[in-house]
Amino acid sequence: MSQPATLEAAVTLGLSEDEYAHICKIQGGEPTYVELAIYSLMWSEHCSYKHSRPILGRFPTSGPRILQGPGENAGIIDVGDGWAVAMKVESHNHPSAVEPFQGAATGVGGIVRDIFTMGARPCVSMDSLRFGELSEPRQRFLLDGVVGGIAHYGNCLGIPTIGGEIYFEPSYEGNCLVNAMSAGMIRTDGIVRAIASGVGNHVVLIGSKTGRDGIGGASVLASQEFDETLEEKRPSVQVGDPFTEKKLIEACLELIHRKLVVSMQDLGAAGLTSSSSEMSSKGFVGLDIHADRVPLREADMEPWEIMISESQERMLAIVTDAQIADVREVCERWDLDCTAIGAVTDSKMLRIWWHGERVANIPARRLADESPVIRTPSVKPDYIVDEPVAVDDTGYPPSADLGATLTQLLAAPNIASKRWAWEQYDYIVQANTVQIPGSDAAVLRIKDSQRGIAFSNDCNGRHCYLDPYRGAKAAVAEAARNLACAGALPVAVTDCLNFGNPEKGEIYWQFEQAVEGIAQACEALGTPVVSGNVSFYNESFGQAIYPTPMIGMLGVYDDVGVHIDDAFKAEGDVIVLLGAEAGWMDGSEYQKVAYNKVEGRVPDVDLRLEVELQNRLRAAIEARLLRSAHDCAEGGLAVALAECCIASGSSGGAQFEDPEAPRSGRDGRWLGADVDLGSAAAVAGAAGRPDLALFGEAPTRVIVSVAPELLGPLDEVLGELPHRVLGRVTATNLRCTMEDKELFTVAVGELHSAYESLPQRLA
Amino acid sequence: MSSAPVRFGVVVFPGSNCDADSYHAISTFTDTSVQYLWHKDTDLKGVQAVILPGGFSYGDYLRCGAIARFSPIMQSVIDFAENGGLVMGICNGFQTLVEAGLLPGGLIRNTGLKFVCRYVNLRVETIATPFTSACQTGELLRIVVKHNEGNYTVDPETFARMQADDQIVLRYVNAAGDQDEGANPNGALDDIAGVCNAARNVFGMMPHPENSVEAGLAGGADGRKLFQSIIDTVLRAAEVTA
Repeated sequence: MSQPATLEAAVTLGLSEDEYAHICKIQGGEPTYVELAIYSLMWSEHCSYKHSRPILGRFPTSGPRILQGPGENAGIIDVGDGWAVAMKVESHNHPSAVEPFQGAATGVGGIVRDIFTMGARPCVSMDSLRFGELSEPRQRFLLDGVVGGIAHYGNCLGIPTIGGEIYFEPSYEGNCLVNAMSAGMIRTDGIVRAIASGVGNHVVLIGSKTGRDGIGGASVLASQEFDETLEEKRPSVQVGDPFTEKKLIEACLELIHRKLVVSMQDLGAAGLTSSSSEMSSKGFVGLDIHADRVPLREADMEPWEIMISESQERMLAIVTDAQIADVREVCERWDLDCTAIGAVTDSKMLRIWWHGERVANIPARRLADESPVIRTPSVKPDYIVDEPVAVDDTGYPPSADLGATLTQLLAAPNIASKRWAWEQYDYIVQANTVQIPGSDAAVLRIKDSQRGIAFSNDCNGRHCYLDPYRGAKAAVAEAARNLACAGALPVAVTDCLNFGNPEKGEIYWQFEQAVEGIAQACEALGTPVVSGNVSFYNESFGQAIYPTPMIGMLGVYDDVGVHIDDAFKAEGDVIVLLGAEAGWMDGSEYQKVAYNKVEGRVPDVDLRLEVELQNRLRAAIEARLLRSAHDCAEGGLAVALAECCIASGSSGGAQFEDPEAPRSGRDGRWLGADVDLGSAAAVAGAAGRPDLALFGEAPTRVIVSVAPELLGPLDEVLGELPHRVLGRVTATNLRCTMEDKELFTVAVGELHSAYESLPQRLA
Repeated sequence: MSSAPVRFGVVVFPGSNCDADSYHAISTFTDTSVQYLWHKDTDLKGVQAVILPGGFSYGDYLRCGAIARFSPIMQSVIDFAENGGLVMGICNGFQTLVEAGLLPGGLIRNTGLKFVCRYVNLRVETIATPFTSACQTGELLRIVVKHNEGNYTVDPETFARMQADDQIVLRYVNAAGDQDEGANPNGALDDIAGVCNAARNVFGMMPHPENSVEAGLAGGADGRKLFQSIIDTVLRAAEVTA
């Protein structure tokens, strides 16, 4: 109790001078130290969204399927038959940069709690990761630790981790990104919200004991840039205990399903402080918390430490007198601590007590909802250019061996198979997995129903760096396209907006532009943003990451049986390109791998064409006309074709139509393709060059394969949508020609070796 | 046939996470009933076959299965097994059976030092068990493994005895059905994926047949035959008794 709550103390806790003055005004004088500590957390960037709130209002957030938009622990979307999906993504970047294994593990633990807090049973996790170049030993250490941490926590919980994405760019070297996404299934009538109510009800803390781990995680770690003190911040990283979390899931879902709690909230960033103030603020009530009743790991903890500790695996529940005996029984059965630590009051104040003495008395609503709003004047960065690069033969001498370039691209860490990572994840537990990792989307069935759901996540940070508006828009379009390739209808978005220091005008400009791009694309595609997270201060030594607005998207099926994957299925099938013919150098993987450059301006997505393509593609899949579909992304048309060939050798997806078909019939053998790309002159952006027709990138392009006899019906479904027959599925080799002139022929076995070469880079 | 359904019990330890999948898998058969058996109880509720499911019992913070084996329900499962009851341990359940001394050998860390989730081809080495009687000898089953400690090991004398007594039930093989280093996901001795006890009523395997009972899912349906074997065995025994 001895610490003074002076301005100096406030600054040490991460508050500004203005904020301190505002606090003194609300409190009617100098606050207590406990009050100051509570404000410092709740008004940190991480908890208050003070820089992002004014901009985020731009997002569309409602729609006929949306049962819960932003503002709760997770967004909830109606998916039919009385089922809904709760989904959210959250960053755990800074903890993972400091301690990769525990940082990533607790990232998974935190997002999973957000899902089951609402009454949903977590049914899938996906993780979006960014690191520096793998040639750096520390980056390999980070990758290994992060993937290991995700696997450790998620596998133990019995929640399938069905993929995600991993990219490597120098800009993430000092500040890796770990964005953990989770979703759960819930009955539409079983949703619980984190709203305290009922004066006199008990405030009950369930789960782990409270320790000194994660003190100041949200303020010290998440709301500041990195510098040379990185190592010293390790004590701010929490340590995860997935076993306790697994018991918490079972106990909390039982409490919710048996209606034994009024409401529930998990303890995440800022621990007891944020959960109690948010619950009371939303319920227009007060809460009395007796900090001395909180079960502790260390006996001598002070009340301010107890209030802001980020010890993991804890839940706060509001429970009536009549319910409390049953709540205790359930927790005891699962060997979980269950302690009444306070009560709901009509004071509208968050009051903290310590052995009978009141140590904090804060207006809950002002604490939770009235944090200062800061809008940095935005400045367009100097590096942004308005025109695409001039692809001349001096700056960009064309590759002499296009087959070798293709192999090189397939082996590039950003394109190569991430099997090394996803084979560490249990992607099949819960018996719902229809599509395992490695294809365009994760697909799950809903038990006792024909329906299914699908998830994708996408963001090309390099594109967002070159043009944050176009890049972010393209991320949404691509996430939706990936779902459409699997036959699912995209219905909602959760986003994780990773940016640098928002106090800098250039970063704020990137943020505003990206939000605008996401908003426009979400409006066009009919996918409201239902939840998300903003992660600022992703900088180390003043160097910001590429702006990385990661998009997680949910798709739905009326009949999950129509689902297809990216693998070519049969010799003789016809390969068709849907969408415009284009191939740009700007921001492409080809530009980086072959020329070591990142420059230019990425193409803009034509949202009208995008929606048209996705609708027609989905219609073709629903009519069961297609054998496979695959998005053309990094590495362009040639890499997409190669991926379809490589995927033919492993049977990842399910065979709905013919359960007797041998699933391992082609194990170890591949189908090839023989395609003619026509004239490079007809390809927008390619400057007449075959290499750009092959490897140049552009949005809104999909490669499909179709049985020859179904080509006619497919043509009818595609209608006016630009599309062109490229060639046929063959055996063994990928052969590309251009106006009948051979560009290359490569054995798919060789392409496969390159594509699966990531482990060799990690050795 | 109007025989009474075969009664299965699925043990639930804290940290079990394939208990619901095992329960669901058994429910996909028409001639079965299934119930959970809680680790703090000792009553097996009259079940005819016990499944010890996969997961991380008690967090696996000690050796895998080392704490589960001391739970109250396991004392009943041990008695049940010693009286000839059918017990099948999957993954963590296999580890628990080994810790309990109901199966020989041990399961140590994968040679790759990482958790591995992967489709494997299993060759049925013997159909003279209640768990494989519905298969053909040499038949290949494509089922997923997912574990960090699945590397089966056993001392040479016991191994020789196990071979002599036909206790090696499943082996990891390649798609052609041959033993092959690349087909073994964890470094297990002689590519062993599943073993039974000398009395043949206790069986443990690392792969997850409960995730392989529905053709519409990624896991396929090759695991059905193992559950079908148990059902057939119990029904045959009932006929004999009747």
